[in-house]
Amino acid sequence: MLNMFTHARRMAGRALVGAAALALAGGGVASAQETIKVGVLHSLSGTMAISETTLKDTVLFMVQEQNAAGGVLGKKLEAVVVDPASNWPLFAEKARELIAKEKVAVVFGCWTSVSRKSVLPVFKELNSILFYPVQYEGEESERNVFYTGAAPNQQAIPAVDYLMENEGVQRWVLAGTDYVYPRTTNKILEAYLKSKGVKAEDIMINYTPFGHSDWQTIVADIKKFGSAGKKTAVVSTINGDANVPFYKELGNQGIKATDIPVVAFSVGEEELAGIDTKPLLGHLAAWNYFQSVDVPENAAFIKKWQAYTKNDKRVTNDPMEATVIGFNMWVKAVEKAGTTDADAVIDALIGVTVPNLSGGFSAMMPNHHITKPVLIGEIKEDGQFDIVEQTPGLIVAEEWSPYLEGSKDLIADWRKPLSCGNFNVKTGKCGGAGQ
Amino acid sequence: MTSRARLSRLARVLCAALALLFAAALIERVEAQDISAPLAQLTTNKYDDTEAALGALALSGSSAAAGIVSALADGKLVFGGTPPRVFIEGAGGALLDPLTMQAVADAPAVKPVRVNNRIRRAIDAASGALSLVSPDAAKRREAALAVGRSRDEAALPALDAALAKETDLKVKSAMNLARASILIGKEGITPAERIAAVDLVGAEGNQDALAILRSVPESAAPEVKQAAAAAIESIERNLAMWGMAQNLWYGLSLGSVLLLAAIGLAITFGVMGVINMAHGEMVMLGAYTTFVVQEVIRTSYPGLFDASLLIAIPLAFVFTGLIGVLIERTVIRFLYGRALETLLATWGISLILQQAIRTIFGPTNREVGAPSWMSGTFDVGHLAITYGRLWIIIFALMVFFALLATLRLTRIGLEMRAVTQNRRMAASMGIRTNWVDAMTFGLGSGIAGMAGVALSQIDNVSPNLGQSYIIDSFLVVVFGGVGNLWGTLVGAMTLGVANKLLEPYAGAVLGKIALLVIVILFIQKRPRGLFALKGRSIEA
Repeated sequence: MLNMFTHARRMAGRALVGAAALALAGGGVASAQETIKVGVLHSLSGTMAISETTLKDTVLFMVQEQNAAGGVLGKKLEAVVVDPASNWPLFAEKARELIAKEKVAVVFGCWTSVSRKSVLPVFKELNSILFYPVQYEGEESERNVFYTGAAPNQQAIPAVDYLMENEGVQRWVLAGTDYVYPRTTNKILEAYLKSKGVKAEDIMINYTPFGHSDWQTIVADIKKFGSAGKKTAVVSTINGDANVPFYKELGNQGIKATDIPVVAFSVGEEELAGIDTKPLLGHLAAWNYFQSVDVPENAAFIKKWQAYTKNDKRVTNDPMEATVIGFNMWVKAVEKAGTTDADAVIDALIGVTVPNLSGGFSAMMPNHHITKPVLIGEIKEDGQFDIVEQTPGLIVAEEWSPYLEGSKDLIADWRKPLSCGNFNVKTGKCGGAGQ
Repeated sequence: MTSRARLSRLARVLCAALALLFAAALIERVEAQDISAPLAQLTTNKYDDTEAALGALALSGSSAAAGIVSALADGKLVFGGTPPRVFIEGAGGALLDPLTMQAVADAPAVKPVRVNNRIRRAIDAASGALSLVSPDAAKRREAALAVGRSRDEAALPALDAALAKETDLKVKSAMNLARASILIGKEGITPAERIAAVDLVGAEGNQDALAILRSVPESAAPEVKQAAAAAIESIERNLAMWGMAQNLWYGLSLGSVLLLAAIGLAITFGVMGVINMAHGEMVMLGAYTTFVVQEVIRTSYPGLFDASLLIAIPLAFVFTGLIGVLIERTVIRFLYGRALETLLATWGISLILQQAIRTIFGPTNREVGAPSWMSGTFDVGHLAITYGRLWIIIFALMVFFALLATLRLTRIGLEMRAVTQNRRMAASMGIRTNWVDAMTFGLGSGIAGMAGVALSQIDNVSPNLGQSYIIDSFLVVVFGGVGNLWGTLVGAMTLGVANKLLEPYAGAVLGKIALLVIVILFIQKRPRGLFALKGRSIEA
């Protein structure tokens, strides 16, 4: 029954998506000569549509802006949108379709790590470029992928530092959804906390299934854990739909941010748009961008975005900013290389610097990750964030965490002559996980 | 960073020193003090300064202090101008002088004084200390509780002063408790004083008391530590018992959610035998109906907000019921007796409905608010019960019994049972079986829609809402016994309670897996579930 059920789901998904892709492809053929095609690989249906639809809109918006500014290399850009329907194997199929059939020059896409891992072999085999705009667990650097989201040291570790120094937190609940990003991030955080002298009994780790909706027991446990006489905080890597019931239950059981603050890495303006935020006042999030960043660049961007979406309440968020940065970097690199040829653009991308939306600049580093400021925000009543802390400078991504046994000796540098994503500095060999 | 930490420590020391200075003055005369120094501190836009200023304001005894602190709490405290000054933003955006509460003539451009969690805690403590002398006894008690929670040593003199004057017994005991909470962690008091404090706090017997007792300093005398350890042990033993009661309550609450989700399916799948994969989407449609009702109320009749759910319940029932009838008439009636096709067709319908909602309302969550009578908690012993969960349990039982009564006591119920038991004979008796099929499916769908109204209170209102309940719903119906409503009730409650009893030991992920394995084994042993219908009625 179960087998049949997933099969039926996949078939139905494929049929729908196929129809959509056909319709799009039909439109694309006529003008194929004079345009550069840009692929968009974000789920527009299924569980992840809630987060990824906005990123599809962002790429379309950027394409329109770029075309209004004269296109790239004298040619107009053309977005090709496909819907992988939150189905991980379908991501690989759709990526192949974009690169092999549609001949796109670059792809912006993926949200979950598993979808990224699913498309990786396709991008390697067909030698194309993927811009990945979401914060993730690190432990990866690939030649064909450019990571514009945060690595754990660009989000999780500064957040923990803030709580330790400003709130005096001594006891930690690491709560996450049960999949690779929370597990790896929590492993890194656990090692980091222990290196800061936090004892094992002061760390509670808890995992829940995707879409977990009954949080009564866990919130009661957190309350209990927090009554040990030491200041306690929750570091949440809870993802997606599970967040709303989690925060509702915190409010129900009367846990306020002044008692046990929760700092989240997956809760932004979009997610808060669906919650009554009054009980969440003061809970925190760590990102590299907030809509409330008070600089002219951001104000101008928000204005244009809201005009584009014809919705003056439409919010912006961190993965959107990462998409914008990635897009601008690609445009700049193509202009630098003078071609959209993947090899030339991959080489040209390293060192490209573009303005970010928080008033500074982000640069593409040789490890294919970008430099970012880290911002800590407290949730306000209107669902926006009050920025309470900002790192003074930009932080370079540690794609291989120094706090994990298997990765502490690895570095990534895609410049010649090294050209390696996992160079082991101890053995001096490329491709060594700690042996 | 470290310099900041050092600064804040310095500020705290300063604060304590200030407190001592002001304490003497406070006991002598509670009159206006010069508060220009803390006011100046509020204009630096630094959290450390704001915190220090709050401490000073709390102890200043100035009549303006309470107004300033509450303005800060409401985000109405602003600063600006050269040299920077603090103002209170009054009605209509007028800037008021914080001391005189008169509007200032030459209002400069201002920014609000920023507040974070640390400042919010300081505000709680400060307003607590300030309203310890409030004429309203309830306010004084609140204030004492706030001071006790903040455990701010600087508030001790104010607390002592208030305690000396206090006549109300309830307020007095709250103040004594607050004093004891502060004393337990304080340096330089005698062991006897500390033991008295430990006893007082220990008598509270709740989790907050545990937290306070655990903070007895390492340097305390051995007899103090012993007393604290004994108090902790007795509280823990007591709380462990309440913990069981709590798990049971959580289990019933989860069971009621499962019951709500499954009860419509008990009709469409249990009674009619249709493998209805679109059942979850009916729940979702009900939740979206609630959203639309609330939107209309918000824009047109804001006064009706508390009744929004009551209005949404019949609307959701009718709307999803009609959709159910439509689905039955256009698709399902052609597929009776063909389980596999029904499964695929209803799965397709569920995808269509999801995508339709996604197109109309967007893929993101929609906000459904809780009416005031569903917010908040009350205590039964050491068990905190939230009104929202309580109402959902009551609602689930009401729906269950209403459905039971419909099937047992009404004509349409009789016809439904007749048709499912023997279609041909029912038809020969003049029952329009086609019509009864449509009504039955509509009833099941409508009930799912009503469940959606309740579930909108605890879950995301998103196009994916239904998917998360469909598996659980089938599990409950199959486990309880197909075709038996009582089985659905007992099955839902059993699964809910078992899940919550397993969760503390196995964790949420393993707990769920363990439960699935148990149910599978159970079905192997009793293929027809807990309450198997006897006879030939469910031969399919």
